[in-house]
Formats: sequence, C-alpha cells, structure tokens
Amino acid sequence: MFFRTAWLVLRKDVAIEAKSWEVLTTTLFFAVSCVLIFAFAFVKEGRPVEDAAAGILWIAIAFSGTLALGRTFERERYGETLRALLLAPAPRPALYVGKLMGMLALLGLAEMLLVPMVALMFQASLFSRPLLLVGLLAGGTIGFCAVGTLFAAMLVRARSRDVLLPILLYPIIIPVIIAGVRGTAALLGAEPDEPTAIMWIGILGAFDVVFVTLALWTFEPLMTE
Amino acid sequence: MSLRRLLIALTTFVLLSAPAFALQPPPGQSEFVPVDSVPLSDQLPAAPLLVTAYAFVWIAAMVYVWSIWRRLNKVEDEMRALAQKMPRR
Amino acid sequence: MRKAFGPLAAITGLMFAGAPFMVARAPYESSMGLVQKIFYFHVPSWFAMFTAIGVCGVASLFHLFKTSPRADRIAEAAGEIAVLFGLMGLVTGPLWGRKAWGVWWIWDAKLTIALLLEMTFISGILVRKYGGPGSDKLAAAVGIFGLAVVPFVYQAVNIWRTIHPLTSVVPTLPATMGGPFWFCVAAYMLLLVVLLMMRVNLGKRQAALDELYLAYED
Repeated sequence: MFFRTAWLVLRKDVAIEAKSWEVLTTTLFFAVSCVLIFAFAFVKEGRPVEDAAAGILWIAIAFSGTLALGRTFERERYGETLRALLLAPAPRPALYVGKLMGMLALLGLAEMLLVPMVALMFQASLFSRPLLLVGLLAGGTIGFCAVGTLFAAMLVRARSRDVLLPILLYPIIIPVIIAGVRGTAALLGAEPDEPTAIMWIGILGAFDVVFVTLALWTFEPLMTE
Repeated sequence: MSLRRLLIALTTFVLLSAPAFALQPPPGQSEFVPVDSVPLSDQLPAAPLLVTAYAFVWIAAMVYVWSIWRRLNKVEDEMRALAQKMPRR
Repeated sequence: MRKAFGPLAAITGLMFAGAPFMVARAPYESSMGLVQKIFYFHVPSWFAMFTAIGVCGVASLFHLFKTSPRADRIAEAAGEIAVLFGLMGLVTGPLWGRKAWGVWWIWDAKLTIALLLEMTFISGILVRKYGGPGSDKLAAAVGIFGLAVVPFVYQAVNIWRTIHPLTSVVPTLPATMGGPFWFCVAAYMLLLVVLLMMRVNLGKRQAALDELYLAYED
C-alpha cells in the first residue's frame, strides 16, 4: 500500500509533466545558464580557475533544485491537488516519498546534463572515477531533495513562500553541499583521492538517513493544519 | 511580568558590571609556563580583543533584554487600549 | 516558578559581574597568553547555544506532534535565545582567532557548521515573522532539523581535522582553569534560564493579546 501509493504519486507527477515538460525544460535551462555565469565569473586570462569545478557543479545543482522545487509545488498549489492528495485515504509519508522520487528524477536528469557540461567547460576530470561520482551525486541529491521536498510541501500554504524556501532550506542542506563538494574535489586532483571521496560518501549517507527519517516522521503533522 | 522585576535585573547588571573592568594580573602561578616568555610579541596586543569580546557579550545580552522589555511594553499598551474599548460594547 | 525570577536574575547579574575577576585570576595559557582568556566566555556561549537549540528542538517536537501553544512559545523563545548566544560565540571566536591563529575566520568544519546553525535559527525567526498563518509549525520543523544537524558539529571537528581545538580540551582542563570555566558555564546557563523566562512571558502576553483581539472581534 505504501509503495503503491508512492509509485502512483510519482506516475501522476510524471504524467502531468509529460504534457508540457515545463518544469524539466526550465530547470535544465536554468542549470545551464547557472554554469555559464560561473564560467564567465571564474575565468582568468581565458582559462577557468582550477578546482572551481566541484563547487560550481554543486551550486548549480542546489540552485536549479530550489527552482524546480518551487515550480513543482507551485503547480500543486495552483491546482489545489495537494489538499486532494491529503484527503485521500493514503498514508501521508507515502505521498512524501512519491513527491521525493519525482524530485530525484528531475534533479537526476539535470545532473546528467550538468556533469558533462562542467567537465567540459572547466576541464575537470569528473569521469575518472564514475562510480564514486555517482555515489556522491546520489547521496547529495537525496539529502537535498529530502529536506527540500518537505520544506516546499509545508510552505505551499505559507505567505512569502518563494523567498522562504531558500531561506529555510539552505542553512540545513549546506552541510550536504559541503560534503558533496569536498568529495567531488577529492576526485578532481591529478591523482583521485579515493579514500577521502569514500569517506564523504559515508557522511552523505549519514545525512540522508537522518534527513529522510526526520522528514517521513514530521511530514504528517506538518501537513495537517 | 512586572516592570519592577525587569528593572531589578537591568540595574544589577549595570551597577555590578562597572567595577568588573578592573582586570588584575593573577598572583604568581606555579603550574604553567611563566608569562614573560609569551612569544607573540610582534603582533596585535591581546587586551583590546579580550575587552571587546567581554564587552560584546554584555552588550548583546543587555540589548536583548531591552528588546524584550520594549516588546512587552508594546503588548501591555495594546492590551490596555483594547481593554478600555471592550466594556463599552 | 515566577517568584524565582527576581533572585535568579540577581544571581545571574552577580555571576557575570564576578566572572572577569575569576577569569583574571586564572593562569595564562602557555602558548596563547592573555587572549586565550576569551575561551572562558567563548566556549560557555556555545554550551548555552546548544542547550537553547536542544530546548527549541524538543519543544518543537512537542508542538509539532501535540500542538501545544505552550511548547510553541518555548520553542520560539529558545530559538531567539539560541541566535543570541550563537552571535556571542561567533563574535568572541574571531576575536580570539585573530590573535591566536592570525586570521579572523577559517572555513573549518566547526566554524562553518556553527555559522550554519546560527543561520538556521535566524531563518526560524524569519519564518515566524513573515510566513503568515501556520508558520509556527514551519518554525518547529526548522527547529527540529536544526537540532538534527548538531551532532554533526561535534563529529565534524574530529572527522575534518583542522586547527580548531578538539572537543576533548574541556575535560582535560587543569583545575585552576577549570574553576573559572565552570563558573562561567554556570553563569551562562543561568542567563539562559532567565532570558527564557522573560521571553516566554512575552510570548504569553502576546497570546493573551491575540485572544483579546479575537474576543473583541466577536
């Protein structure tokens, strides 16, 4: 029942998105322009500053993720579908998991575009240890989306929700971003530092477990008014 | 909470903090490296930093107490104004 | 409880006035000299902040799951006070660091996460102010997540070793330094309690005012 509900929510979101691809295209385009701005900002004498690639990748993920969260839940608010979902006799945490999976899919697609772009524009050897990179990206994205989905959902009915989402979200997920950046930077040197990257993946895993558990636990009381 | 209590708290802070800036060097210690071999003599003097740190802590606490007092006064004023309006209805 | 406020406030004031004398009598630390004495106010600030965060987190949990206005008031008060003590720590730290390490700020794990905690609880204050109705629960969620990040602060300094003193410095303090230190910790904890009482009282009066407005509307 739980996973079936989550799966149904995910399918609903994908079906709605597939009609116009609005959120996906705007998020992808925003991610690309984000990287471009950084490319121009961090270029010295025509060549990109070294070691900027890890930070830029994760900042682009964080910013486009925030935008995507805002857009996705704005759509929910507009159609009042969130209230309809909450009225359904489905376990509330399952709704959260469904929304989380949708956000993960969206950000995953964005990352598939971002990583090659950043690798190319900043001449960063991001693909030297692809499995570790995937681990870092997965850990960081799950952490970001876990907290982001919860906060975006709970802000749907608040005032000033557009500016409050980054204000509330960033201080809490910045440790996740730091772990992601440090792990990615460890992979980018001339000699990829695998033990460090693995350590940061472990830390990301710890964050993910804590955040997802907390989110599952608090989703229901936060959604009831 | 009465204004009187708040004034007691504030006055205690202010009055007793006045002599507190008399930092005296400690009498001879037997357990640590003697003072005159402190090596960082070419850099900033430490005393202004120390005094600033302590002063900031006090000032921050007092500003916060004052802000609570101010908000409380506003709430009490509004309550009085509202209580005056009520019996007339 | 209310009657204890006057004496508590007086004791707190006395302790804070007396603290510099105790600190002045403490011995100098051999490598850092006079400026190390900021430690007696810096570390207790963080102890108080973490206690305030703990109180805020627990009260937030209560309010979120049991919808208790009293817990909400305590969470709101503890959140503001956590920001206050965090500010004290964030100002005294760089003042110490400028002399001891030569730089005002370093992006090491402990400082970074401490700054983030401060920002988290400032965002809690902002959401209460600008979030409109229902923002008490949002702030409660922020408080809970803020609390969840706290254990990482302690672990972070061990995982990510930098020049910040290890958390194990405190238990190994020699007795002559331990005395003033624990005195300052006690003073800070009393200050925390006194401020909490004042702020919760403000919250109660504000709630009473809101009730009056509602009754007036009817």
